[in-house]
Amino acid sequence: MTELSTGLTSLLAGESTALARAITAVDNEHPVARDILGAIQAYLGKALVVGFTGPPGAGKSTLVNRFITEMRARSKSVGVVAVDPSSPITGGALLGDRIRMSEHTLDSGVFIRSLASRGHLGGLSISAARIVDIMDAAGREIVILETVGTGQSEVEMAEIADVRVVVLAPGLGDDVQAIKAGILEIADILVVNKSDMPLAKQTVRQLKGMLALRAPVERQVPIIETSALDGKGIPDLSEAVFDQGTNHASTKKLKSADRYRRLLAQTTARLAETLVHQQAHTHLKTVLEELKNADINLDTAACRALKILNENLLND
Amino acid sequence: MSEVKPYPPRVLVTKIGLDGHDRGSRIVASYLRDAGMEVIYTNPWQELDSVVKLAMEEDVDVIGISSLATDHLLVPKLMRSLSDAGLSHIRVIVGGIVPDLDEMELKKAGVSRVFHPGSTREDIIDSVNQLAIQALEARPSF
Repeated sequence: MTELSTGLTSLLAGESTALARAITAVDNEHPVARDILGAIQAYLGKALVVGFTGPPGAGKSTLVNRFITEMRARSKSVGVVAVDPSSPITGGALLGDRIRMSEHTLDSGVFIRSLASRGHLGGLSISAARIVDIMDAAGREIVILETVGTGQSEVEMAEIADVRVVVLAPGLGDDVQAIKAGILEIADILVVNKSDMPLAKQTVRQLKGMLALRAPVERQVPIIETSALDGKGIPDLSEAVFDQGTNHASTKKLKSADRYRRLLAQTTARLAETLVHQQAHTHLKTVLEELKNADINLDTAACRALKILNENLLND
Repeated sequence: MSEVKPYPPRVLVTKIGLDGHDRGSRIVASYLRDAGMEVIYTNPWQELDSVVKLAMEEDVDVIGISSLATDHLLVPKLMRSLSDAGLSHIRVIVGGIVPDLDEMELKKAGVSRVFHPGSTREDIIDSVNQLAIQALEARPSF
């Protein structure tokens, strides 16, 4: 039986400072992150992870704020992971999701952490899945994962959340068209937020029409109208979340082995990308030259590049 | 693979007290964002306890307090609250309208820098970068 460090003991006891520091360690890939992630494995799987995604300005943060209030009224402890985009140019980020949740700042039953996407595509940061795990291990009963404002293909949240809520706003008629092949497909629950606005009914009709055209599935995707402004529809949303989370085994997130395979694939791709950009190896230059002259196709070039990188990695 | 990677400094930019003039804090937040930092930005009128909890949850390296109407006089109390919460590694800077005599009081209370009108973008960015490194070195290990 190995002794847990003070930090790990505090983390597993749910202490907020330890939770905050563990998140930083994982987000920054600090060496201690390995110990933390290894030690928490035995404590995972208790939290209900609820993902909120949708286009920018749909009202995700404001809706999450209302949802937190509802969870607190049910005496659930809450952890929030809110991701905002990093600048692709400077790497900087302005993290403002929690402005909409400020009424919960002083509630010790609510822990909110803002993350920058740090160049990762898919609506989250590369660390988000592990940070959700840390909140789970720290005993947060409901973990809310809010993605960056998403468009068509940022569906990564689907692999992490137990219940996926896709938030839309009225008046985005064309946007509904645009995203129907994307994030709408991952929804367990569709929310039409800002239902106090004139075009809300029309948006609901469009979504119903879209769902009716789908191949029959075993479960229904509820469409819930909410107004984060006055709280209308929030109890219905909460009921639907618990219903999906507890009664539908099919909505369960991917098995952790699959998630780690995905994480490994992403990290390997990122490493390969960096190496291809950095490598000045003559063989790589040859590959680039042949690719430019269309002597070889892209797949062949990629295979050769991986071989060259492999040899160089072994030399390290 | 034991080296610690460099990471963007995390900075909380906020306002305490009753003054709501947030133009300056927004400009500074944008400066820091464009310098590659991760900035947690809040509404004005934060309570001291909120600032402490925000800084703890977001695990920031530096807190920037914007003060245009004497709210900087609350900062010594904030410094004590941060220390009581075990967050004394966090560096605190104040920017805005701060009389010289008050600046001395703020420094005595542990504030790292006070930025007056006319401070340059470069000076603010350099200073925050250096303070973030100091905070990293002073940070308790996990």
